[in-house]
Amino acid sequence: MASAGAAGAPGAPAPPRVRRSVTGTRRTVAALFLLPALVLLGALVVYPIGYSVVRSFYDQSGDGFAGLDNYKALFTDDGIRTALKNNVLWVVFAPTVATALGLIFAVLTERIRWGTAFKLVVFMPMAISMLAAGIIFRLVYDQDPDKGVANAVWVGVHDTFAQSSAFPKAHPGRQSPLEAAQGGAFLTREPVRAGDPVSLPLVGVPPDQMPGSAEKAAPAPAEPGKVTGTTWQDFTRGKGVGTLGAPDPSELGYAGMRIEAVKDGKVVASTTAAGDGTFTLPEAADGAQLRLPASNFKEAYNGLDWLGPSLVTPAIIGSYIWMWAGFAMVLIAAGLASVPRELLEAARVDGANEWQVFRRVTVPLLAPVLAVVTVTLMINVLKVFDLVFIIAPGSSQDDANVLALELYRKGFSEDQPGIASAIAVFLLLLVIPVMWFNVRRLRREVRR
Amino acid sequence: MTNPVKAERSLGGRIVEKLGGGAVRVFLILVGLFWLVPTIGLLISSLRSPEDMSASGWWKVFAEPSQLTVDSYQKLLENGDITNSLFNTVLITVPATVLVVVIGSLAGYAFAWMEFPGRDWWFLAVVGLLVVPVQVALIPIAELFGKVGLFGSVLGVILFHVGFGLPFAVFLLRNFFAEIPRELLEAARLDGAGELRLFTRVVMPLGGPAIASLGIFQFLWVWNDMLVALVFTNADSQPITVALQTQVRQFGNNIDVLAPGAFISMVVPLAVFFAFQRQFVSGVMAGAVK
Repeated sequence: MASAGAAGAPGAPAPPRVRRSVTGTRRTVAALFLLPALVLLGALVVYPIGYSVVRSFYDQSGDGFAGLDNYKALFTDDGIRTALKNNVLWVVFAPTVATALGLIFAVLTERIRWGTAFKLVVFMPMAISMLAAGIIFRLVYDQDPDKGVANAVWVGVHDTFAQSSAFPKAHPGRQSPLEAAQGGAFLTREPVRAGDPVSLPLVGVPPDQMPGSAEKAAPAPAEPGKVTGTTWQDFTRGKGVGTLGAPDPSELGYAGMRIEAVKDGKVVASTTAAGDGTFTLPEAADGAQLRLPASNFKEAYNGLDWLGPSLVTPAIIGSYIWMWAGFAMVLIAAGLASVPRELLEAARVDGANEWQVFRRVTVPLLAPVLAVVTVTLMINVLKVFDLVFIIAPGSSQDDANVLALELYRKGFSEDQPGIASAIAVFLLLLVIPVMWFNVRRLRREVRR
Repeated sequence: MTNPVKAERSLGGRIVEKLGGGAVRVFLILVGLFWLVPTIGLLISSLRSPEDMSASGWWKVFAEPSQLTVDSYQKLLENGDITNSLFNTVLITVPATVLVVVIGSLAGYAFAWMEFPGRDWWFLAVVGLLVVPVQVALIPIAELFGKVGLFGSVLGVILFHVGFGLPFAVFLLRNFFAEIPRELLEAARLDGAGELRLFTRVVMPLGGPAIASLGIFQFLWVWNDMLVALVFTNADSQPITVALQTQVRQFGNNIDVLAPGAFISMVVPLAVFFAFQRQFVSGVMAGAVK
């Protein structure tokens, strides 16, 4: 399937045993036809392989024989070790996840009318450059949830389950009755008395971040046997307007502020402020200190640091899967289309359920396709460079390092051509089994 | 018991049937959105002013469509570095594609229809080169180009791309040409056609589909390349990918260059992709070993 037009396409009439030259060509003509290709291949592909192998045994300057020193560096150099570790992550996860997704998509779209449109959408990223994909995902992974769509979604989900605090950065102003307490809470300096309204003014919440339910702050009425008070944003624009320490009509109440009454370190009563900032506590609060617990002032949740040291490699692998799952899907879909329907039907008649048919008939029949896809992606992943180079910010590029990137750095910015050549030879060794497999597969076809 | 309609159902059809179709459709729509959103994000980002971009996320544009503007594109196209690099991209891509097609066809034809000693071994050797990573050649070729004065030139990058495009070209075209009916070639030969005439009048036209796949594949590969150009070009000869790459270091302050730049660099590959989906897919399939 994979090699469209390959001589061994199933069903094609067998080509003649020996394709003798129709033209009775002179060898010189054949040589002329081949010359340009062989010269370019020799100079640009074969020669560099030899050069790299030789160069990898020489030191930095290229004059002194270094034996295996450059290869030792593969296992001792910190940069290369990180790169190796990350390459293992890449090779294990990127091809398998992309192939699995491709299989799921190919199976599910088989009989959906707009399946082709879906495939087009998923396949499209293959046409664009890794540079463009890199810029796309730099935007997606932006740390600020107001800019990066990944964190916008993540924070949205997070906040649905965990209420974020309303007043980060709120703090007592001048001459405040409040003082900072342990863990970011604020506590009244004096115990409060029932029937004597309390003022709990704070400052520091930007007007556009006040909760929507906040109303004009109002002084709390005294109520016998109860502790009442107001908590509000004690800040009025302009000089000489309003009074410090008392709610003015232009100021807003801290709607939803949590207030606790604390006696001897124990919470004896608690409540939440109304829209105008007023609150009422039962008599038990008499003689207690009022505390605004730290949960009111927690910083808003800002999402994950996608491109930070710990997540940067998985994040970039994610962008790779976005680019290449479509490749797996298209190849698998082609394989799926060639699975004989009768075979599936026979299994069903024999009483197999859908899962069994899938597991025992479809997947084994697809195995060669799945293998080709996975191996192709593995080779591709070994060479991944652009995505890491573009997506990883300077601060975490060391953590996202991969062999191809390290080769570039060693060869072109650190002037270590010996070590870079050793990395190149190492990469080449990794693909040699595939090279051998390709040649063997084709040899059978060529020989007919 | 199996009725004939059901017998036609595939696994996908059955899953759809079992889950009532709805769940599968919703899932696929969500996945489709997931795949589209990043690109849409880039497109909208490129159509907002840098001030809007630093103030809020691109999705805010749905609340305020008036934010859309082509200013960034206008500014970008007045930027000499960018237009020059776009021109370089074309200057590199077109010859690198044409040369691979021509040289690959010549060799593919020779491997398919000419007799010479060791023919199949030579061909297998070329196939073996399919999976050689370009990284292996960066340092040696950089030194080689340095010596012969090709370093930093457009020609150097073109040659490199031709070299690494050839194994796939020869592999694909030899296999395709080998399927041409022998009688056609013999008939043309009897009519007195020479080797070159046979090649240009019979083999090349019949090889159309394979040549189209190869051409599209190679075109996209070269157009989208960054690494090779990063190593071998200088400020005057760099293509758009390298020009944009130099901007990425200040990511965040220059989104008005990066977003429209990236989008402009994507327009041609996307157009090619949508116009030639079939050839692209068959090229990808044939190249599944690269």
